Amino acid sequence: MSPLHRKLIRDLLLMKGQAIAISLVIASGIAVFVMAVSTHAALDMTRQAYYDRYRFAEVFASLKRAPLPLADRIAQIPGVAQVEPRVVMDVTLDIEGMSEPAVGRMISIPAGRRPLLNDVYLKAGRYLEPYRSNEVLVSETFLNAHGLKPGDTIKAVINGRRQTLTIVGVALSPEYVLQIRTGEIIPDEKRFAIIWMDERELAAAFDMEGAFNNITLTMLRGASEREITTQLDRLIEPYGGAGSHGRNEQLSARFLSDELKQLRASAIVSPSIFLSVAVFLLHVVISRVIGTQREQIAALKAFGYSHVEVGVHYMQFVMVITTVGAAIGIVLGVWLGKAVTGLYAQFYHFPEFLYHFDLRIVLLALGISVLAALVGTFGAVRQAVLLPPAEAMRPAPPAQFRETLIERLGWSRLFSSSGRMILRELERRPFKAIMSTIGIAFAVAVLILGRFGVDALGYMMTFQYFITQRQDLSVTFVEPLSADAGFALQQLPGVLRSETFRAVPAKLRYEHHYRNVAILGLNEERELLRLIDARENQAKLPPNGLMLSDKLAEVLHVNVGDTLTVEVLEGERPIWQVPVTALIYEFAGTNAYMSRQALDRLLREQGSISGAYLRVDGNMIDTLYHQLKETPRVAAVTLKDAALEGFRNTVAENQYKMQAFNIMFACIIAFGVVYNTARISLSERSREMGTLRVIGFTRTEVSTILLGELAVLTLAAIPLGYGIGYAFALTMVQAFESEMFRIPLVISSETVAFAAGVTMTASVISGLIVRRRIDEMDLVAVLKQKE
Amino acid sequence: MSSSLNPACSADAATAQIPCVFAAENVTKTYEMGEVEVQALRGIDLQLFEGEFVVLLGPSGSGKSTLLNILGGLDTPSSGIVRFRDRELTAFDDAALTRYRRDHVGFVFQFYNLIPSLTARENVALVTEIARDPMEPGEALKLVGLADRMDHFPAQLSGGEQQRVAIARAVAKQPDVLLCDEPTGALDVHTGVVVLEVIDQINRELGTTTAVITHNAAISDMAHRVITMKDGRIGTMHTNEQRARPSELQW
Repeated sequence: MSPLHRKLIRDLLLMKGQAIAISLVIASGIAVFVMAVSTHAALDMTRQAYYDRYRFAEVFASLKRAPLPLADRIAQIPGVAQVEPRVVMDVTLDIEGMSEPAVGRMISIPAGRRPLLNDVYLKAGRYLEPYRSNEVLVSETFLNAHGLKPGDTIKAVINGRRQTLTIVGVALSPEYVLQIRTGEIIPDEKRFAIIWMDERELAAAFDMEGAFNNITLTMLRGASEREITTQLDRLIEPYGGAGSHGRNEQLSARFLSDELKQLRASAIVSPSIFLSVAVFLLHVVISRVIGTQREQIAALKAFGYSHVEVGVHYMQFVMVITTVGAAIGIVLGVWLGKAVTGLYAQFYHFPEFLYHFDLRIVLLALGISVLAALVGTFGAVRQAVLLPPAEAMRPAPPAQFRETLIERLGWSRLFSSSGRMILRELERRPFKAIMSTIGIAFAVAVLILGRFGVDALGYMMTFQYFITQRQDLSVTFVEPLSADAGFALQQLPGVLRSETFRAVPAKLRYEHHYRNVAILGLNEERELLRLIDARENQAKLPPNGLMLSDKLAEVLHVNVGDTLTVEVLEGERPIWQVPVTALIYEFAGTNAYMSRQALDRLLREQGSISGAYLRVDGNMIDTLYHQLKETPRVAAVTLKDAALEGFRNTVAENQYKMQAFNIMFACIIAFGVVYNTARISLSERSREMGTLRVIGFTRTEVSTILLGELAVLTLAAIPLGYGIGYAFALTMVQAFESEMFRIPLVISSETVAFAAGVTMTASVISGLIVRRRIDEMDLVAVLKQKE
Repeated sequence: MSSSLNPACSADAATAQIPCVFAAENVTKTYEMGEVEVQALRGIDLQLFEGEFVVLLGPSGSGKSTLLNILGGLDTPSSGIVRFRDRELTAFDDAALTRYRRDHVGFVFQFYNLIPSLTARENVALVTEIARDPMEPGEALKLVGLADRMDHFPAQLSGGEQQRVAIARAVAKQPDVLLCDEPTGALDVHTGVVVLEVIDQINRELGTTTAVITHNAAISDMAHRVITMKDGRIGTMHTNEQRARPSELQW
């Protein structure tokens, strides 16, 4: 080994604490990067393979009832590859041991042969056999949630008749990778089942023989989805077509692509922030190392070491720290990637979800860390390289001194001599003080960023389930009913309050932008469903026109005052021109609201209702559930508690696990920054500290000066860190925003206290380490140092 | 030996009995120190000869370190020409100067400039590693009398020992010239003598051209030639008839 390499190793060992701290900061950034990128790759590949192999459709449409020959005409649309007409019906399920009803989405599939599109993956049991009645395949999650297996039975209310269905197989489908009901924002595994049944049997049960009410199709390569959906809509319109859409509006597919988008954002935002901190630390530390080794550099040059050799030596120093960090980060990232893939596998249901280790990701991670290290240290190393050897022989020129502002103002008497020394040091070297403060502020900011997700999620839960939705359950009907049905609901046992609503499926169009949504018509007087914007102001429904969620307005490129074309997708299918009269800033979904009167006027209806929000007496709830299960017109019952529980168990739990990693990384960074700041400050001033000790200062007094400085810097860094953390959180919120979700930018006082607490703890611990070093300082040796 | 030295060195080596190693012609050096201009050298003409031991004497600020740095290729003059043998140093670019230092020059500094994280042997190896025809680091350390301290770190060595390591490091590459900037400046008399003995021995035994800077006039007795400097100019120059042994020096 060459002497320069020995020097490298020994120099590194001498400052191993700092080197390890920086390595860990790099490791944190790289771990998040590798985790996000590799999970993204795994999810993307798994999704693509699943979609391809199980022939996931590309265009989807539902209608009321159309004769099968229409499917042949649909197949004639230019660009259509394959067409699969189906019967799809939501039914109420009665599950033993669960008083509340569940919803079963029944989908027809041919018995004896595989569906052309949206094929099912049979996880256990067997496929449907022809001419055996009441056999079904059921989605895996629902079966698992209830402990059911092939051979067991479930009861369903099919078209008003109670039927016992025999489970023969456990199935998964690319259409329901995420099993979520329309209108919901989270999956409810216990109360939503996908049930596949022989098409003849299902058609017979719903009087759909020779007909279909749902059609899916694939396109030829290069075909335009837009043209196909336009023509498809024209064909199905006479049969009650509710508007066709592509994969981008298919709920499960959309969740998946949003998730991928968020993973991409994760791969960029957090690692960028972490690596910026690492860059900053490397810069500070390497500048310091090079500063203290001026004379060594000069000697090397005097002996004939070239610029390149000197530069390479210090770069190796940086690269050892960086590659150690990157290596730890890669290993950790792969481990995290596997863990996160495991979490995803619980949430998204694929036949198999394999974590794929890709060497390219490793190389990319290495490349990024090396690049970051180069950025951080290029300047300092360049200085070392360009230092003229003759000049380097001389010690660095002494610092400029002047009276501090405090002294000029005559306030110096307010401070003790230690206090004055602290202030003078800070004021004499403001740049260094500012850099240290920024460094510690970064730590505070990263901690805030690490924990803010918890706040955002908690706020979102409270907002969604307690502030806006105050009903206990909501009931939706199979089709719109007269106002009488609302009164009937009110009469059910245990119903304390009922607020009916009208929901109309419609296509909103503005210029060439459109979305299929349900326009929700609400009464003026409401207690249960409140419309509250994200600033917690109660929004008032305008008497006329539409109120859109701001996200929907953004998607449609409209603003208040613009007029939308509204194509109603049920009944008489009128087309209206409706002005947008208000916007509401919401967290979830793309919603459109209207006053009931205005909607009734447009529909020429007299108080028809699509469902109701209910507040119920908890003691009577089982009786109420029983009644609702027996009501054939009830399509779905959504329980708020169940939804909240579902949210807690899935989204929130996953989020909290991810947060735990983030917080761990944030703590590492905080300690890394603070510890480095303290150590550098000690090494820069050890001579001064030694002198003070020699002239009679006690250890405590000397420590007070250095630690007091650290305390001042830490305290100054906390408000600054809050500001930077807010900016980080804002970046994150914007990067994660999707059409379906928006993360509220909420930073709780607990989070600020947490960030401040961890940073101060890091300061205290670093301070104690530094204090120990001051205590152990060899005074004579310190004073002998030439500096 | 000193009597045979030809003081009129010319660029044409054939006319000189003893070849000239360095020849400086009207060398000046001006530093910009903030707003102040410092004239470190104000026109130096000087020759150093093969195998010669020269002491550059003068108070601090007289320009002797600047001159030594220029001869050693650590610094470049503002004007004038410096030749090393038949090559013009002042025409060298940075890479050529580095090459020159690597191949021909051994430096000894007042504050030793050892790498604290390397042992004595490794500090010497630092130089032998990149030299063309070096001695073994152990051999060089034996030469300075440190055969038994080779695996000590600088912090474990006394000042004199550290300086001897620095000398070993400078001579291990078998340089053509040995340039010493106040080699005893940080040492007590006794240790200083030991260090000077080593330098003297190198000069005598290896025939290495040696230039020693000092403000300590006592040292000048051991030189072939003594050059005094003042205010960036050469003041006096005299040749010692008899070179004193370092142990005979008094200060």
